[in-house]
Amino acid sequence: MKTVNFVRMTLPAKSVNEAYARVAAAALASQVDPTIEQMADIKTAVSEAVTNAIVHAYRGQEGGLVYITMRLMEDGSFIVSVRDRGCGIGDVRQAREPCFTTAPSEERSGMGFSIMEAFMDKLQVRSAPGRGTTVTMTKRLGR
Amino acid sequence: MNLKLLEEENVLHAVITGEIDHHNAVVLREKVDRQIAAMRPAGLVIDLSGVTFMDSSGLGFVMGRYRSMAGIGGQVTVKGATGRVETILQMSGAYRYVKLLDE
Ligand SMILES: Nc1ncnc2c1ncn2[C@@H]1O[C@H](COP(=O)(O)OP(=O)(O)OP(=O)(O)O)[C@@H](O)[C@H]1O
Ligand SMILES: [Mg+2]
Repeated sequence: MKTVNFVRMTLPAKSVNEAYARVAAAALASQVDPTIEQMADIKTAVSEAVTNAIVHAYRGQEGGLVYITMRLMEDGSFIVSVRDRGCGIGDVRQAREPCFTTAPSEERSGMGFSIMEAFMDKLQVRSAPGRGTTVTMTKRLGR
Repeated sequence: MNLKLLEEENVLHAVITGEIDHHNAVVLREKVDRQIAAMRPAGLVIDLSGVTFMDSSGLGFVMGRYRSMAGIGGQVTVKGATGRVETILQMSGAYRYVKLLDE
């Protein structure tokens, strides 16, 4: 499928960039006239993926980077991938279970992946321990 | 994100406006917990009617305050959540722990 438009960005893994990432995603998606609900879904899902990279992937490490690629496709779908070179996830299936979290003391509830799955049409998680994680999500836009 | 803390009788009201994410949930948590510790209210009402965006960090904030209040024998009530904010609270099962105020 043809890519109509795309954005690639690299951000330091700092919490102040969570808002930047989701606003950028909404700005690209807005080019194909999504509904208000679809915009909210994309902002929320991108915020979850980027927050995970910041709070889990680079735990205790300085200088981590988050790599984001977003595409608008010919058929009106929006594809976003959020990649980190952090600690990785040993058991992705377990991590995707609702309420599974490795950081309960930091007020995490283990709902991030469930929210991404519920708010987007497709969620793919690839990860290798010690090497990093890539989360790719697709949302069909339009009315 | 903006937070207003109001005391009414023995109830603390936390009125939040704007966006709640991981970056500012940290600030919210600290301010609300400090007031809970000082005031020891019987109830905490979290007003989300002015919240335009919230992700799982906001859910963590609500559940964390449930724990803070449970620690002093108090209850948490959430009001005003709409749209995706409400969806997140519903799907997480948060309403098994905190009360929902219908107006
Ligand atoms: N990018 C990542 N790198 C390393 N581990 C991750 C990453 N993303 C998620 N995880 C792991 O998967 C678990 C589940 O993630 P999920 O987003 O569902 O919940 P959470 O972040 O723990 O809590 P919440 O999102 O509700 O605040 C995390 O606790 C963490 O162990
Ligand atoms: Mg998460």
